[in-house]
Amino acid sequence: MARLNTAKNIASPDDVYEMLIDLHRDCDEPESHRRNAKLILALANHVGDPEIIAEAVALARRSA
Amino acid sequence: MNDAPGRKSGGETRRARGDFSAIRIHKRFEPSPTPQSGARHPIVIVGGGPVGMTLALDLGRRGHEIVILNQYDFIADGSKAICFSKRTLDIWNRLGVGRAMVEKGVSWNVGKVFRGARKEPIFQFDMLAQKDQEMPGFINLQQYWAEEILVDAAAALPNIDFRWGHQVAAIDLAENRLSVITDDGEYDLRADWIIAADGSKSPMRAMLGLDFEGRVFEDNFLIADVRFKEERPSERWFWFDPPWGGSSALLHKQPDDVWRLDFQLGWNIDRDAAKNDENVAARVRGMIGADHPFEKVWYSVYTFQCRRMKRFVHDRVIFVGDSAHLVSPFGARGCNGGVADVDNLGWKLDAVMRGADPALIETYNEEAIITADENILNSTRSTDFITPKSAVSAAFRSAVLDLAENYEFARPFVNSGRLSVAVSYPASELTTPDEDRWSGGVPPGSPALDAPLDGGWLLSRLGWEWKLLAAAPIKNAPLPVVILDDEKARARYALDGAGAYLIRPDQYVAARWKAFDPKKLEAARWLG
Repeated sequence: MARLNTAKNIASPDDVYEMLIDLHRDCDEPESHRRNAKLILALANHVGDPEIIAEAVALARRSA
Repeated sequence: MNDAPGRKSGGETRRARGDFSAIRIHKRFEPSPTPQSGARHPIVIVGGGPVGMTLALDLGRRGHEIVILNQYDFIADGSKAICFSKRTLDIWNRLGVGRAMVEKGVSWNVGKVFRGARKEPIFQFDMLAQKDQEMPGFINLQQYWAEEILVDAAAALPNIDFRWGHQVAAIDLAENRLSVITDDGEYDLRADWIIAADGSKSPMRAMLGLDFEGRVFEDNFLIADVRFKEERPSERWFWFDPPWGGSSALLHKQPDDVWRLDFQLGWNIDRDAAKNDENVAARVRGMIGADHPFEKVWYSVYTFQCRRMKRFVHDRVIFVGDSAHLVSPFGARGCNGGVADVDNLGWKLDAVMRGADPALIETYNEEAIITADENILNSTRSTDFITPKSAVSAAFRSAVLDLAENYEFARPFVNSGRLSVAVSYPASELTTPDEDRWSGGVPPGSPALDAPLDGGWLLSRLGWEWKLLAAAPIKNAPLPVVILDDEKARARYALDGAGAYLIRPDQYVAARWKAFDPKKLEAARWLG
């Protein structure tokens, strides 16, 4: 059963995208990877359900 | 470009108007004669582009004497603004030139975004989500055609004194005096209000030594305007990672079988080589097909900036359009932003010249800066998406484009330019926040929405002055009332019973009430 919400769910996508890009302003690549990892861990904790996280992991692994 | 006025030379030799011989000409005009020095005018507009001309028409139609100084004695050819928004068309329609623009232009509403060789778009949008409005979502029209229509309309008004080949060489701010050079002399004139509509390099801004702050983007783009015959839908088509190479490209249809092709080139390139005919032709063939014949109209390479002045109003000198703010071209927010400026300014200047508190002009400074900041924000974000500035930013872009092919949630992140729409001013001091509970309608601080009305259109009924918009007649109304005796129109405004909207002369909603009472108008203190 698909439970990961892949429908549009963010009212202001440009605001959110800018936050994600701004997170990496003025930092080198290893630091960028670390910040992305922290962000994913925080969001995974917020989601909580391992099945949903597993679906997101599968989505990320798929090649377009 | 050579926009510099003649050098001062201690007064012993006459200064010369700038040399504009490198500019290709669309249409030449007879230079206007040189008047006597010392005249005083209520309004002088410096700059005869679409923004200055729109203001001249607005104030001219309101009955004011206007002098407009154009340093050129021609309308320039070449690739400049081409996309004019619904809001700009609504404004031009109020000024009487909207239909002419739409008739000459190519109307479009839909934009499609493609990736690589995939035939189906990964994202698309509709610029006229609300149908049944007089004007289309967008038109494409070469700037010189728009200018010609504006020039013709201005020429029909005897109170607009349009001066071709009159270049401002100096300004004396204390005296509100301008020195002007023509081909056969020099003169000076004074003005109650001076409007600087003199473009991105604004000599007025330079002469006053004013600031201009913001970002310069390190990328080059190639514009190729080419002529070929083809039946394609009139839509905006954008490619990420196009199959013929490069990282993005854009296609727009213009009148007269001219197409605007726009290619991202990257930063470290040989600009001259990029625009030589052979290299451009290779890119054009990549986009339109190897065996499709085409004819060169105009090629140029451009880069861009997102900047604005700190303030647009400096005593009696008011900056509008590109002289006050610049954006990247993604989103068609340059010329449309400038037309929004003068639409905002026109009725305020009119009111002040008829005796209103000059502090009203400060609300132009406030609202035009809100507009400029929103345009700069959107065009900066688009630019950051289209031309990522770091490896991680490029990775996010690729991830969005990968996901967008299969997942709905990723598509709204795809940013090929957020196209110009009217900016709202909910927090402006001219806006009265809702005191009632509304669901739907047009919120205070937003532009009125068009709707069919009595066999015509609502916006044309709103016109030029403060108006009330109501579902039913208002007894002893303090202002002219437009009654929405049409169900569809009432629904667009969520209006019923004794409710009413107060509409500004620029057709923005100033306030609205579920139960109108003339006492409520006291809150709108600029009503005069």
